[in-house]
Amino acid sequence: MSAALEATGLGVRYRRTWVLRDCSLSLPTGRVAALVGPNGAGKTTLMHAAVGLLRPALGSVRVAGEAAFVAQDKPLYESFTVAEMLAFGRRMNRRWDDAAAADRLAALGIPLRRKVGRLSGGQQAQVAVTLALAGLPDLLMLDEPLANLDPLARHDVMRSIMAEVAERRLTVLLSSHVVSDLEETCDWLVVLNAGRLQVSGDIEELLDGHLVVTGPDDAPIAGAQVVSASRTGRQVGMLVRGAPPLDPRWQARSPGLEELVMGYLRSPDSAALPKLTGVGA
Amino acid sequence: MIEFNLDRGSGVSTYLQLVHQVKQALRLGVLRPGDQLPTAREVVESLAINPNTVLKAYRELEREGLVEGRPGMGTFVRQGIAGATLAEHTRLRRDLEAWVRDARAAGLDQEDLRALFTVALADAAKEGVA
Repeated sequence: MSAALEATGLGVRYRRTWVLRDCSLSLPTGRVAALVGPNGAGKTTLMHAAVGLLRPALGSVRVAGEAAFVAQDKPLYESFTVAEMLAFGRRMNRRWDDAAAADRLAALGIPLRRKVGRLSGGQQAQVAVTLALAGLPDLLMLDEPLANLDPLARHDVMRSIMAEVAERRLTVLLSSHVVSDLEETCDWLVVLNAGRLQVSGDIEELLDGHLVVTGPDDAPIAGAQVVSASRTGRQVGMLVRGAPPLDPRWQARSPGLEELVMGYLRSPDSAALPKLTGVGA
Repeated sequence: MIEFNLDRGSGVSTYLQLVHQVKQALRLGVLRPGDQLPTAREVVESLAINPNTVLKAYRELEREGLVEGRPGMGTFVRQGIAGATLAEHTRLRRDLEAWVRDARAAGLDQEDLRALFTVALADAAKEGVA
């Protein structure tokens, strides 16, 4: 399994504050990965480091092949027409598929002669994604691509991206702090919290590997790692990792993606990371 | 051709919803042997879901022998689901509707009906009928 993005001991510092520390992760090729975490967790910093917009203080991050990055404040020139944006992209990129970009915009009904500043937010997002895809990247990184978009525009943007994933071997990393936006589209989860990596793994395996259990406070739970727990009177609710032999007094079920993310974010010291067992593992 | 739709609040995983919808279409004769299923790209373009989810659903259907993937061509229906014909479906549904009316007249509400039906299904499963 080759990695589209690999970070090893990555640390980034702004002046004296560490915004990302000891971050080691490997994102397999062809995955659609959700990068989630609260504001200020280091999501944007990780992406910036990956495309070389900033230099890490420690460790390294490597992208296999070409990476495209769409920043949160859609990097478009408002006074340009859509056609001029395309021409600009053509000149700025080594690889460029002009026909695919034009087809995509036509299919979306976005007129080439319209000024970017006069497009709707959803259309601007589509133009930014189209430009990023026209460069035929191996890794597409999108920082909060759905922020400020209405539900219909969000659906349309995700449709565009998913169609491209279906078409060729593209890896996607997209950040969001709204987990429900990502439930249907992502198959890999990366959780960052306060500059530290908490979770990195296949979403299905993660959901299968965790349980939400509720039961009396005095019933023991062994053989599982408690990710987070909340107590109300004599009852305790927990997110656990692993498959513990359950006391019959416990009720257990599988977590949803949002529950899993919340469980980890509430306990910054918990982590679900693949064991780094070295070469050949 | 079948058109998929998703019930996002149902709690049923997306890939299972796709599997169920294909099976339902086979039962109702909407899909017949030789028919092609939409490509992953087509499904993804209408539903905005991960293409791997579609492929997983198709693999499951293939494993059950209902469809087959032909390299470079697509996924095709191999066989219908053996079971009741459309006419039998209509007849059974009419019987069930009569039963529902009967039960309502006897004072049962929707929840009672569901519970009763679930119990009957479970009993049948125990006897190895369903």
